[in-house]
Amino acid sequence: MRTPLYEAHLAAGGRMVDFSGWEMPVQYSGILDEHQSVRESAGVFDVSHMGEFFVSGPGSVAWLDGLLTNKVASLKPGNAHYSLLLNERGGVIDDLLVYRLGAEEFLLVVNASMIEEDAGWMKGRLGEGVVFENRSAEFAALAVQGPASGKVFEKLFGCPMPEDRNRVLEIEEGFVVTTGYTGEKGFEWVFPSAEAPCAWRQVLESGVKPCGLGARDTLRLEKCYPLNGSDLSPDHTPLEAGLGFFVDFTKPDFVGKEALVAQKAAGVPRRLSALEGIGKSPPLRPHYPVFVHGVRVAETTSGAHSPSLGRGIAMAYLPVEFSQPGQEVEIEVRGKKFRACVRKKPLYQKAP
Amino acid sequence: MNVPANLRYAESHEWILVEGDTGTVGITDHAQAELTDIVFAEPPVLGKSLRAGDVAAVIESVKVASDIYSPVTGEVLARNEAIEHSPALLNTDPFGAGWIFKIRLTNPAELDALKDPAAYRAQIEE
Repeated sequence: MRTPLYEAHLAAGGRMVDFSGWEMPVQYSGILDEHQSVRESAGVFDVSHMGEFFVSGPGSVAWLDGLLTNKVASLKPGNAHYSLLLNERGGVIDDLLVYRLGAEEFLLVVNASMIEEDAGWMKGRLGEGVVFENRSAEFAALAVQGPASGKVFEKLFGCPMPEDRNRVLEIEEGFVVTTGYTGEKGFEWVFPSAEAPCAWRQVLESGVKPCGLGARDTLRLEKCYPLNGSDLSPDHTPLEAGLGFFVDFTKPDFVGKEALVAQKAAGVPRRLSALEGIGKSPPLRPHYPVFVHGVRVAETTSGAHSPSLGRGIAMAYLPVEFSQPGQEVEIEVRGKKFRACVRKKPLYQKAP
Repeated sequence: MNVPANLRYAESHEWILVEGDTGTVGITDHAQAELTDIVFAEPPVLGKSLRAGDVAAVIESVKVASDIYSPVTGEVLARNEAIEHSPALLNTDPFGAGWIFKIRLTNPAELDALKDPAAYRAQIEE
């Protein structure tokens, strides 16, 4: 599959790779260069492959609150929040953003690889007085990220970018929300697919660097934002993933609540932990074995070379007794063990 | 793309500079451009015996890990420690400061199996 910006990516020198069935740019000028641009000025990512579900109707708040972990009822119109869709065992099906557009109107932005599965799951549990529409094919989206993104926002929309994160603005034929996946200031702009080439051109003309999936991955991993399919899976709960903040236990019920309550009572067996290489450290990659005192205890779920730290970084579900910051581990890379250390999340924090 | 005339090339994108019975090995400009930002390099240990086609070294870009093969059979005479500390040399100067190892050739006839600059250029321009 291709986003409406496929030709534009080629024209901008994008190297295309397969990303869960989508032909997406992994990089243009280079991952390190793009990474640095987002940390220091601004970069733009094509996120058109992500899915857009519209939910409306008098039953929508109660229905969403019964399916998602975060509390939609306390989300004010014009705001967005991060939430999770769980299975009955409390495992993560998907992580998503919920935009509250009105009292009974919501936009859900879900992962590209999960559009069909999420839609099937949600439609299979459709509530009274709820209209659910999967309109993923109709929309394209751009994420503009970096300290200079406010200037780009003003140029595009003629008003200052909201200072706070998670603010939703409805604009002509689209939505802008101050969210992102890089740890920098920025916004995500969702609009009809036909507008994509024009929107892309406008953003590039305001001096923003095109960035690919490679930089998106290094930027998010430095901030320890989980990637579904790698760090999140149906076999791990949000409590294990360190996402308890996005689970509202005060809600009477939601799919997976019972399992989470039981896990909370019994104690979480593993925690998604942040790892940083010590000394000479090769880039880390997913599925590298992790050892403590010579015993294999986990494997990395994500891994990369951190451009900001200049070292290998990774995440892994470590047994809780080995998940404290300062814990030394070894990570096996091509049959050789390299030292690494559990760090407090996030791995990268901008100097104040 | 730079393809120096005084080198011979392996299909797997290594170059070798032969002086007497010593060969200096590195990766080509084309290879470094394809791999992009190189952030880790592990040249072979001194004295290691390699056969033509053996994995001699590993380099990793931000994106991917790549095996570097020895284009010839012989013994490792020198390893470039500079690339361990500054892997980016492989990107900025692949035919110079970014060399990976030197090898004593035991079978110079193997050089005939490698590509000349014209043949290598044809391969990468395909």
